[in-house]
Amino acid sequence: MARLVVLGGGVSGHTTATFAAKWLGSQHEVVVVTPNSKWNWIPSNIWVGVGEMTKEEVTFDLAPVYAKAGITYHQAKALSINPEGKEDSDKPFVTIEYTSEDKAGQTETIEYDYLVNATGPKLNFDATPGLGDGNGQMGENTVSVCTADHAVHAAEEFQKAIEKMKAGERQKFLIGTGHGMCTCQGAAFEYIFNIEHELNKAGVRDMAEVKWISNESFLGDFGMGGLHMKVGGYVVSSKLFAESLFAERGVEWLIGAHTSKVEAGKVEYELLDGTKGEEAFDFAMLIPPFAGVGLKAYNKAGEDITGTVFAPNGFMKVDANYNAGAYENWKASDWPRTYQNPTYKNMFAAGIAFAPPHIISKPMSSPNGTPINPTPPRTGMPSGIIGKAVAHSVCDLMTKGEDAKLHEASMAEMGAACVASAGKGVFSGQAAAMTVYPVVPDFEKYPGTGRDTDYTFGEIGLAGHWIKHILHHLFIYKAKLNPGWTLIPE
Amino acid sequence: MSEKKVVEEEINFQKNDAFNLTMIPGAFARKMRTCVIWQFIRFVIINVKMIIVVSKSH
Ligand SMILES: Cc1cc2nc3c(=O)[nH]c(=O)nc-3n(C[C@H](O)[C@H](O)[C@H](O)COP(=O)(O)OP(=O)(O)OC[C@H]3O[C@@H](n4cnc5c(N)ncnc54)[C@H](O)[C@@H]3O)c2cc1C
Repeated sequence: MARLVVLGGGVSGHTTATFAAKWLGSQHEVVVVTPNSKWNWIPSNIWVGVGEMTKEEVTFDLAPVYAKAGITYHQAKALSINPEGKEDSDKPFVTIEYTSEDKAGQTETIEYDYLVNATGPKLNFDATPGLGDGNGQMGENTVSVCTADHAVHAAEEFQKAIEKMKAGERQKFLIGTGHGMCTCQGAAFEYIFNIEHELNKAGVRDMAEVKWISNESFLGDFGMGGLHMKVGGYVVSSKLFAESLFAERGVEWLIGAHTSKVEAGKVEYELLDGTKGEEAFDFAMLIPPFAGVGLKAYNKAGEDITGTVFAPNGFMKVDANYNAGAYENWKASDWPRTYQNPTYKNMFAAGIAFAPPHIISKPMSSPNGTPINPTPPRTGMPSGIIGKAVAHSVCDLMTKGEDAKLHEASMAEMGAACVASAGKGVFSGQAAAMTVYPVVPDFEKYPGTGRDTDYTFGEIGLAGHWIKHILHHLFIYKAKLNPGWTLIPE
Repeated sequence: MSEKKVVEEEINFQKNDAFNLTMIPGAFARKMRTCVIWQFIRFVIINVKMIIVVSKSH
């Protein structure tokens, strides 16, 4: 019997673990190590963050689901990996620290035959002074929707702002990115339009100023260098699509901005042209930059080999081309296909946890040398697809032997669907539904836009909003492993 | 004196320079976004397209 250990029970790790458990049956063991007791459908945190959904509607307990699937579950966080074992044993292992109430703080080692790192991002609030609390957590000046608990807090603060407006006090809402190297603009984009929608619903829109701040060099970059889509017989840039939506809703934008400091009611920023400025706010939701979760790696002799296994940003190195050089030389083929670690072939990284070869958007920096560009998004659909491909590879390695062919899932050959909705009512909400194919543009295959414009599209309306509702229920149904779950695509 | 012609959808163009230089949907485009029959048709089309994108990605 061989053992697969999956670190992280989020979108990617949950996909890997549940498919591996299904395909391997009881012949092999699947272990999940994750600090959270609940699974969270993160995209719906946006609705929690405006008070339209509860935390309970977007989360469920992992333990019964893993028990049903025959997965061994440790509510713990991984601290380090010893891929060569230790002096008296060749067996690789991970060291974990429990986070469950009954065992909190206890450490333990778990041996593995195969390891999948799907630990997602560290929400690196402390990268921007005042955005964090100095201890790695969110500070008190802004709110976040990155976790369900953050979103609950955001909704409470939002409600207070609405009450103030009802009492005649004007409020300014600042939504966007909290650092020059952030990703996840899509989440902030969705949140700002939900805020705007709710302000209208509450009858206080005229008492509010709503403003976007982001590190994108143009509105609609979304960390993917923008995209082009067919609209009304034209092929247009997402810049026009996004600017149109912002202008229609009366939302001003400040782009090319590195948020350098946050204080109570004020952010300081530096722009791509080097100028510096300040923006006041009463309510701010600023997405933090992402980093790897800080796993360490040690060799057999106990020496630190973190730099061999992980990139400087903390994400795990995989089969990507990390030596692509300047922007002009970047190719779609730089992107990883199997997500296997090049040094230790029994280790893989899935979802946000893998180190991308480079960013997707054009690299930019201010004349002062401050990099201001979005880092690449690895959204839900790619994270799920990669998680499943990695599960496939590991299962084949376990059942067919070390020479089994690995499964591939390059982000330069896969699409992503994103639905950013505003409002929750079935007939009162609207959404911008977007698909992009492929996520990483391939200018050799699609000269011009880098993407297939038959399958890269975006439109606004009720239809996308209905899809968002359906996705919410479908993915929670699937993640709970309810009957037919394998038929629902990632 | 000629009568004032206020088109509600066009008001935002004047709110700032950036708004003035983009496109803003007019009344018809806005109506279609919430027209249940049209949106049902779009729902089917978007779903088919998304399913194709999903199947090309696996
Ligand atoms: C507000 C918001 C809205 C979004 N909306 C969309 C959307 O509409 N569509 C879309 O496609 N994507 C969306 N995304 C992105 C999507 O949520 C991510 O792409 C996806 O969650 C990434 O999956 P992952 O498994 O890599 O990471 P995660 O889902 O974050 O999972 C990582 C897991 O690892 C665990 N972990 C952390 N540290 C450790 C450790 N040391 N040891 C073990 N486990 C650890 C975490 O607790 C977590 O369970 C959104 C993101 C946000 C924040």
